[in-house]
Amino acid sequence: MLIEQIVFIAFSLMLIFAAIMVVCSKNAVTSALYLVYAFFNSAVLWMLMQAEFLSLVLIFVYVGAVMTLFLFVVMMLNINIENLRRSRMKYLPIGILMTALIVGIVIYVVMPEHYISLTPVKATEHYSNISSLGMVLYTHYLYPFELAAVLLLAAIIGAISLTHVGNPKRKVQNINKQIQANKQSRLRIIKMPSEK
Amino acid sequence: MTFQLPNFIPAIPEMFLFVMTMLVLLVELFHSPRFKNLGYYLAQLTLLGALILTIKFYAFQSVVTFHGSYILDHAACLLKIFIFASSFFVLIYTKDYIKENHLPQTEYYVLTLLIVLGMSVLVSAYSMITVYLGLELLSLPLYAMIAFKRDSGLCAEAAMKYFIMGAVASGILLYGISMLYGATQSLVISAVAEKIASASLANNLLITFGLVFVFAGVMFKLGAVPFHMWVPDVYQGSPNAVTLFIASATKLAAFGLTVRLLIDTFHVLHPIWQHVAMVIAILSMGIGNFVAIIQTNFKRMLAYSSIAHMGYLLLGLIAGTEAGYGAAMFYMVIYVIMSLGAFGLLVILSRSGYEVENISDLKGLHTRNPWLAFLMLLVMFSMAGIPPSAGFFAKISVLEALVSAHLVWLAALALIFAIIGVYYYIRVVKTMYFDTAEDESKIVIYGVGKQVAISVNCLSVLALGILPTGLFNLCILAFK
Repeated sequence: MLIEQIVFIAFSLMLIFAAIMVVCSKNAVTSALYLVYAFFNSAVLWMLMQAEFLSLVLIFVYVGAVMTLFLFVVMMLNINIENLRRSRMKYLPIGILMTALIVGIVIYVVMPEHYISLTPVKATEHYSNISSLGMVLYTHYLYPFELAAVLLLAAIIGAISLTHVGNPKRKVQNINKQIQANKQSRLRIIKMPSEK
Repeated sequence: MTFQLPNFIPAIPEMFLFVMTMLVLLVELFHSPRFKNLGYYLAQLTLLGALILTIKFYAFQSVVTFHGSYILDHAACLLKIFIFASSFFVLIYTKDYIKENHLPQTEYYVLTLLIVLGMSVLVSAYSMITVYLGLELLSLPLYAMIAFKRDSGLCAEAAMKYFIMGAVASGILLYGISMLYGATQSLVISAVAEKIASASLANNLLITFGLVFVFAGVMFKLGAVPFHMWVPDVYQGSPNAVTLFIASATKLAAFGLTVRLLIDTFHVLHPIWQHVAMVIAILSMGIGNFVAIIQTNFKRMLAYSSIAHMGYLLLGLIAGTEAGYGAAMFYMVIYVIMSLGAFGLLVILSRSGYEVENISDLKGLHTRNPWLAFLMLLVMFSMAGIPPSAGFFAKISVLEALVSAHLVWLAALALIFAIIGVYYYIRVVKTMYFDTAEDESKIVIYGVGKQVAISVNCLSVLALGILPTGLFNLCILAFK
């Protein structure tokens, strides 16, 4: 029990630290790396809750795939660091105030006396995380599962429609513009001093 | 472990919608250029089909299926019918607009259909997961659609604002839901509601805490003060065709969200959220009506008017009776019809490359196109709540519910705000009828379908004002 608690406290503290650093670090690449760190810490917390499969998926999918893509995008962006530095301090007081307020309320509310006491039950030896997930994913949660798939498709279509410009080298005439063109828009008469 | 196959029949409209959306996506890829508007006609066919299927499988008794993830009841059926119908009208109005403004056509239709699917999932969601997924399926394509005109700075700004604020609101909603799950150990709405009502959880602080966050998420989607900051910018920045969609069909979905979360889940805690709703309603009516007065941009003015209308809608929820909820739903349906008319006229008046969006653009509309001016007059009068329009009856029904819940002071306050609001609606009418236009040329609208649709749309505002009983009874029945 003691070891579990030590692990829990250590990784929770690291998680909080990483989350703060995601928001506070000046460089976007550092932020993304701290996000990776935060994912890793929460994966350990999930592992403590005996959700092995989900915790591994978190590492494989988020750390391995999503965040790598994220890093690529961040590195490709051309971010003006000077600008970022300037606007930072202005919102600090209100930010701290709001954070303190919300954190205070949350701590007050999520105290043990308001929480319905649930003693967590340890899973038995032959309990398999994957099989119990598999039992409900395509049966009980069929409808939400399918919806999540549709959501991904919608995201793909949205992203493509925003970024697709067509082939820029295409030599297509804009017929509308061609018809509307008149003499004035194509010819310009300039007065020049005549040569002597 | 045995698995029982869920009852698929209630979800037939959604399945049809999804299959047809995929069909539109594929057909647009392969069809020959000879059939020019195939995507448009297929999309309209889809909406019509879904509408007919919803009416055919209209649930007079509520049916829950997919292991508690999906419900088909009166409210869901009614909202779905109006969502499909209003989207149908939206597509009629915007067909020429997106062609003239070179918006990507196929993507426009596919994304619209996906949003419609998301809305219909949302209004018949019965588990917190489905509520959230429906909400995201509704918002995600919308963010993309707002940014369709990439080279316009206003569009990009609107899309960015909506995206970030929408993401924060989704996070807040999810946080609230997670608190509820912690307190009740359930995600199915009926089970959560039962747990909340049970004595062991009475006055549990955790549930109240979750309620606050869920409430904030819902209010953001409705666009009520103080969660309204995105509304004017998004309305103004989006292309007219997308504004039309945001201002009409998605409002119905937002009301569906309200029904599922505030009424179905939290009806027991009505005394608690009633006070919060009161503050929000008064602020919405006040800020919405006062700030609308100084707007010169018509879309922005309508945005603030929509904030005010959400305040009136909340009055029905504050009353907290079946009649009150029914009146709120009636108000929403009427508001959607009016807003469909107003923004529809803007879309129709916008000619290629020229967006009609300032109130001064409407100068002398009476001489340029008397019929459209008359239709706009009807819509404006109805929004102001002048009898015998539908807007008048909607306001009366909400106020009546308030009075019968012994909240006369609030009803009186709402009345004062309504009278203030009349000013800016009438100003639009004055601009159309008494100001002379710089350009006196006639505005000719091409396309019979569009003209018939907008006429039916705006005249129904008048018709529903004279004969509101049928629709009103249906709305009341939804909460019996």
